[in-house]
Amino acid sequence: MAAESWLSEFPEMERADLVAIRKGLDAAYRDFSRSYGEVIESLFDPLLYFLVWFEKLLLASPWIVVLIVIIGLVYSASRSWKLSLGVIASFLAIGYLGMWEDTMRTLSIITVCTLLSIFIGIPIGISMARSDRARSVITPILDIMQTMPAFVYLIPVVMLLGIGKVPGVIAVVIYAIPPVIRLTNLGIRLVDKEVLEAAAAYGATPWQRLWGVQLPLAMPTIMAGINQTIMMALAMVVIASMIGVKGLGQPVLKSITNQYFTMGLFNGLAIVALAIVFDRVSQAYAKRTQKHLGGPQDV
Amino acid sequence: MSEPLIKVEGLYKVFGPNSKSIIPMVKEGVSKDDVLAKTGHAVGLNDINLTINKGEIFVVMGLSGSGKSTLIRHFNRLIDPTEGRLLVDGIDVMSLNASQLEQFRRHQMSMVFQHFGLMPHRTVLENVAYGLTVQGVDLATRSAKGTQWLETVGLGGYGQQYPTQLSGGQKQRVGLARALCTDADILLMDEAFSALDPLIRSEMQDQLIELQNRLHKTIIFITHDLDEALRLGDRIAILKDGKLSQVGRPEEILLNPADAYVEAFVRDVNRARVLTAEVVMKPPAYRLTTENLDEALNQMRGWKEDYGYVFHEDKYHGVISQKAVEQACAVDDANPPELSDIVEQGPTLQPDTILQDALPVTLDSEFPIPVVDQDGTYQGTLSKRDMVDILANSNGETADKDDTSAA
Repeated sequence: MAAESWLSEFPEMERADLVAIRKGLDAAYRDFSRSYGEVIESLFDPLLYFLVWFEKLLLASPWIVVLIVIIGLVYSASRSWKLSLGVIASFLAIGYLGMWEDTMRTLSIITVCTLLSIFIGIPIGISMARSDRARSVITPILDIMQTMPAFVYLIPVVMLLGIGKVPGVIAVVIYAIPPVIRLTNLGIRLVDKEVLEAAAAYGATPWQRLWGVQLPLAMPTIMAGINQTIMMALAMVVIASMIGVKGLGQPVLKSITNQYFTMGLFNGLAIVALAIVFDRVSQAYAKRTQKHLGGPQDV
Repeated sequence: MSEPLIKVEGLYKVFGPNSKSIIPMVKEGVSKDDVLAKTGHAVGLNDINLTINKGEIFVVMGLSGSGKSTLIRHFNRLIDPTEGRLLVDGIDVMSLNASQLEQFRRHQMSMVFQHFGLMPHRTVLENVAYGLTVQGVDLATRSAKGTQWLETVGLGGYGQQYPTQLSGGQKQRVGLARALCTDADILLMDEAFSALDPLIRSEMQDQLIELQNRLHKTIIFITHDLDEALRLGDRIAILKDGKLSQVGRPEEILLNPADAYVEAFVRDVNRARVLTAEVVMKPPAYRLTTENLDEALNQMRGWKEDYGYVFHEDKYHGVISQKAVEQACAVDDANPPELSDIVEQGPTLQPDTILQDALPVTLDSEFPIPVVDQDGTYQGTLSKRDMVDILANSNGETADKDDTSAA
């Protein structure tokens, strides 16, 4: 009986219809990427040039110069000799184990992805904090970005832009940008209402309130977001290597397919070392610059 | 002296999504609770009409939920009213557009907050000069003015500290310096001293009074503490459920409470610490207008009382009893003494002496104490009876308190 079959079997749509939908969407997207792919790709050219230039800069400079610059940055951010020595030790170990070039490639792509995430993410976070409507639109999009398996959105990106650095960067940014957006929004919304009222009462413009009060006071939270973004970008490096991003991810991928355990371990540890360096340095910087914020205001 | 600076006319504030539509209901006199139950709208302010004069400390007093913080935020439009007019120095505040409002806030008014509202990422000096920073004043002027005001509030060396390094009282001094630094004529103080402990609070009140004597700002001060209101206020408005219960000078509020609510409030006030001799004294009487003993005796015989006050060139000179005059007359002398020779100097009171200080002298003296101002002009008298009447007129508890303070 019809009723029984409706109960025992889920009423699926016709297989042919499903295929038609899939084919239709795929064809439409393929046509779109064929006709606009090059235009869109050319939009990303400046990004590509910068990526290539930055990677070449890191690879072409003598390792000792690169190391000195890195240590200089680490020390000026953290003002800690202990941390700087730790960074020297881990980079020397990485170089000695033959992973210097891959590490430089990863470093360059992570730096670019992080900067891109900050430049895109903070304004989006600010707009979310300023308007509840923007927040209600953006929040579900961020949820999708964070839960959708990375491979799924690799497909359209690769279809549109092919294989290489730019699609890699886009994939990493999509994966890594949500924390900085969410925490910028949160940080601004958590700013003490009375301090903001005080700024308004003294005639501050909305712009002066944003730059002079909201962003500085939200900075600890925003820094936590940036920190998370860096960590997620590093985690994405291995997946991005599947679409041709060179760096520490590729040897990891190679060792999975060939069961080279030690090679995988070394490259994995190098990624961990980079992550720890980024994390500790950004946290030490945040702590040093925000010591006066001193938690919630004493009431 | 009493030139109106701020006028509030028919101010209503209703919180909720459709606040305008609720106004007719509020005007009909539906109570705050009923409005909330029926429509989900909260009535913040209900028909507020006020005139605030230039140079006075105007205190708005109410318990939490009375709408006092809402009211103060209307003066600089941190909150927009649902209906009503607000005139500051002739400017209709409601008609200002965004940039005019910014200018208005920069130059006309400054504000002190309950929890200080200091910016933790700026140094104390930067906080004090914040109003000037917003105005785009150059750094040198900012530092100079900021430092000057910091010194005024007694925090001279603290400019380079951060707010987290200061105590509560110090933070609020910074808040006060910040408010004074823009040279705005009007100071809004939202429960400015409520977060401070009692000793610091009374110190800050003294400092505010002292500053006000020099600067003559117009201060709107919000508080939930009646003692603070009575101490600071030239005039006091009492707010209940968004409505004004009474507006008046402290002694008016204390002696003639407008309704049961105000009465309940003032019941616990220690009158002896608030009321002054001027307020309770009886009009001047028993004034001897002659220097001659016999004439004086005649005058005194016409009175109910057996004493009189002696004056010298219209200035108060002393007090004398009928008995003393009679004795002096009885001595048969070729050169009868003048009245001023036998007069008793006796204690006097200043018009602004508080009753607590006046109490011991009044109780000690045989005669009512004359109240004499600084020029020596006789203003009135204060007797034991007046004192007892005024202090015992409140409830028993207050009378007890007064007894102990007098002892």
